[in-house]
Amino acid sequence: MKHTGQFCTFYLDHLLFGVESQKIQEVVPYRELRPVPLAPASVSGLMNLRGQVVIAIDLRRQLELPDRPPEMAPICLVMRASDEAVCMLADEVGNVLEVGEETFEPAPETLSARLRSLILGVHKLEGNLVHVLDTERACEIEAN
Amino acid sequence: MSENDDIVKEFLIESHENLDRLDRDLVALEKNPSDREILASIFRTIHTIKGTSGFLAFGKLEAVAHVGESLLAKLRDGQLKLNPEITTALLAMVDAVRQMLNSIEAIGNEGERDDDILIARLTGLLRPQGPGAVPGPPAPKAEPPQETPIVGAPVIEMGMRIMEAKPAGNAGETAPTAERIPAPEPLQPDHQNIGDILIERGEATAAEVAKAAATQIGGDPRHLGEILVDQGATKPHEVLEALQAQQSKGQVASERTIRVDVGLLDQLMNLVGELVLARNQILQYTKNTEETYLVTAGQRLNLIASELQESVMKTRMQPIGNVWSRFPRTVRDVALSCGKKVRIQMEGQETELDKTLIEAIKDPLTHLVRNAVDHGVESPETRKAAGKDPEGVLLLRAFHEGGKVNIEISDDGAGLNIQKVVGKAVQKGLITAEQAGRLSDREAANLIFLPGLSTAEKVTNVSGRGVGMDVVKTNIERIGGSVDLQSTPGKGTTVKVKIPLTLAIVPALIVTSGGQCFAIPQVSLLELVGLEGDEARKKVEWIKGSPVYRLRGNLLPLVDLNQSLGQCDGERGQGALLGGVEARGKEQGSVKIVVLRAEDRQFGLVVDEINNTEEIVVKPLSKHLKNIRIYAGSTIMGDGKVALILDVMNLAQSSHVLAEGQTRKRAEQEQAAVAGGDQKQRLVLFMGSGSRFAVPLDMLARLENIPGEMVERSGKNWVTQYRGQILQLIRISHVLDGSGQIGEEAELTLPTKGMLQVLVLESEGKAFGLVVNQILDIVDSDLEPKSPPTRPGVLFSAVVADRVTEILDVPAVLSAGEMN
Repeated sequence: MKHTGQFCTFYLDHLLFGVESQKIQEVVPYRELRPVPLAPASVSGLMNLRGQVVIAIDLRRQLELPDRPPEMAPICLVMRASDEAVCMLADEVGNVLEVGEETFEPAPETLSARLRSLILGVHKLEGNLVHVLDTERACEIEAN
Repeated sequence: MSENDDIVKEFLIESHENLDRLDRDLVALEKNPSDREILASIFRTIHTIKGTSGFLAFGKLEAVAHVGESLLAKLRDGQLKLNPEITTALLAMVDAVRQMLNSIEAIGNEGERDDDILIARLTGLLRPQGPGAVPGPPAPKAEPPQETPIVGAPVIEMGMRIMEAKPAGNAGETAPTAERIPAPEPLQPDHQNIGDILIERGEATAAEVAKAAATQIGGDPRHLGEILVDQGATKPHEVLEALQAQQSKGQVASERTIRVDVGLLDQLMNLVGELVLARNQILQYTKNTEETYLVTAGQRLNLIASELQESVMKTRMQPIGNVWSRFPRTVRDVALSCGKKVRIQMEGQETELDKTLIEAIKDPLTHLVRNAVDHGVESPETRKAAGKDPEGVLLLRAFHEGGKVNIEISDDGAGLNIQKVVGKAVQKGLITAEQAGRLSDREAANLIFLPGLSTAEKVTNVSGRGVGMDVVKTNIERIGGSVDLQSTPGKGTTVKVKIPLTLAIVPALIVTSGGQCFAIPQVSLLELVGLEGDEARKKVEWIKGSPVYRLRGNLLPLVDLNQSLGQCDGERGQGALLGGVEARGKEQGSVKIVVLRAEDRQFGLVVDEINNTEEIVVKPLSKHLKNIRIYAGSTIMGDGKVALILDVMNLAQSSHVLAEGQTRKRAEQEQAAVAGGDQKQRLVLFMGSGSRFAVPLDMLARLENIPGEMVERSGKNWVTQYRGQILQLIRISHVLDGSGQIGEEAELTLPTKGMLQVLVLESEGKAFGLVVNQILDIVDSDLEPKSPPTRPGVLFSAVVADRVTEILDVPAVLSAGEMN
């Protein structure tokens, strides 16, 4: 997984995260999710994306951040991982950025252990810290 | 060179098919060593592989095929006789070829390998077979062509043919060579030469071919095709096609078929699936429209989509014979290594199933076949001693039945030693001795599917480690199938596998529960039952704390879908359960039960609403959710919403309606008793004041759970309103305290919360409710009084269901508790 190049960014609980643009298939506004009883808490549900059933994973829960306030509607970042599409729920979309090696640093110690385990590192940009998400691990759901 | 890639690809596909046939042919040949047709077919196959591999510069492959061809040539000419040693060596060659082809497919060449041992082995077998062998025509004097007699032979054939074909022109040049050439091999009438084929097709001129042939005879070791390409006379793919044509000349003329990439078929299947969804959506709208034009168009669309769906599904259907074709070889190999004699018989090879399912059952079936030969069939000596034919028979049967494909693997071996199986299971701690005692024969036989269980005396290469059968079962169940084993000691064993015909598009019933839609595959659906209002409360009975519904005499365990989804581990408070089913009756005025079948058992699923039936496209569940076993997949319904598809089998298992033993057996016994008019007494068992009691079932009118709030006081007695009457409630504790009287200090306070378990008993025209601690079960027992009564109200004590139980004197209890 690369940590440089063109990145799509998005916000989760005021933190800015980035994923390689190439990995993001599309960004869709929130649509109805079908809850899955007995599924782990991070699984928000299933959604109908043009005839395909796609699982929606709440990144806030995966990163053990506090839950989204109920009036905030999440957006869906559709990612194609290995053989299936996965939708990651985030708060808001950020800008598309070009980042290079020079701004990259390993994750600071101040972050929570959980957060550190799910990011590759950070890009220290002016006024912003972009956390580079480890998409594979971030979408790993532990079985009940 | 993309053109080369295509050629290699085609070569691989063709060769794989040919190799499969080779396996079969070699095994068949072993049984009929003098069958010339089979031998010719085998020779041709190896010859083609050798030719093409040489032409494509796969040297290692060519070398192996070359030696194999030499061996086959000798067999064909009668210079060697086929024996097991040669057959095994040839099969080894086939395996090596297969490995090299796989390697070519993966990395483009045969990979790092050293086949010297194999080649030496095959070469060694080329030697005359000792004094008994028939000597071939005397080897001609040493001349270049004769040192490599085999390589030379086809060339010589071609050389001769060509010279015959064109008398003029080149005759002068080639005449001298004619003298050197020994008697040519008899031309197979169906084996046309490459040169001829190319000329026929106009890909090369006779002159070019002759020139190439001349070069070859002059000592060029390359193949004719190669030389022609080199000389620019023809192109690589044309040579390949000619090689193929050469091959196919000998084959039976097959129907017009076309080779299609499986990926393309999958894509087609997906598109049809999407079409079905779109059709569903349109149909939903046309239902509500008045526009006749739209309605008609919708109907036409419906018809076309259905037919298209059927046709596409057919393209993916393949005969199971495709999987079975490799088994003759498997049986031969296993039998040889175990020192057994087994022959294989097949029925129903043409039975078709979906390609994905074929892939999935290949390994399980292979294991079952190997197991049958290794463990099922006895050694020839044992068989003879038992009066059986020393050669065992393995029968494979396949047929369609009940919407499924049934595959049976039967052997006429020694059968399963049930005692041993049960013993091993107990020994390994897989079941308790108590459970073991209660197993039926069939259940005991199916223990063999438990992981880690194997009664094999020794572990062989083939099997015996105890990891096979459970994997077989898991794999088959994963595709929605079931596997069952039946065995007769001394006679044999049959394993029956049932798998669904197709997975992709299934008709389903849509239900609503907890505000969400679920789909239930129609194949598991038996019927729908709706209970209105009061019926709901009345007709649902309770046994051992679980709700059941009496459906035409059968006890149907009930599962509340909402609760299954809330708590799937089976821990359910009685109150919660009752709340579910009975609450529905009160709130909604009706209880809707979907009667489902899981294997051979039935249960009822209680849902909020029953919507409609729809043909749904099964979409596999995300891998993150795969471990939630009660979902079989997901789908998108006509209105665009996502629905979860329920896995009926898992739903039943996780709700414990399918616990082996107890409940079901009791139910079966009950039914049997009802049908057969048993001598035994049917008793209701219950707990009261810490002791076990029983009353005859025919005195029992109803089993009820009465909420505490419903209990009222009348004088010193507890009563409740029951079916429009006032029913007196008698507490068992009072009956048995010896006084017969209801003392003042007894609980006069009414229960205000919780549930009372009540047996509504009828005696001498009067009814009363006996309040007990816990209703246990309904059993059959031949009542044998074992000891005199211990207290008033009890007739005697007996042993019922292995425990000491006091049999209640119902009339006495009734009068003792009568209203004062």
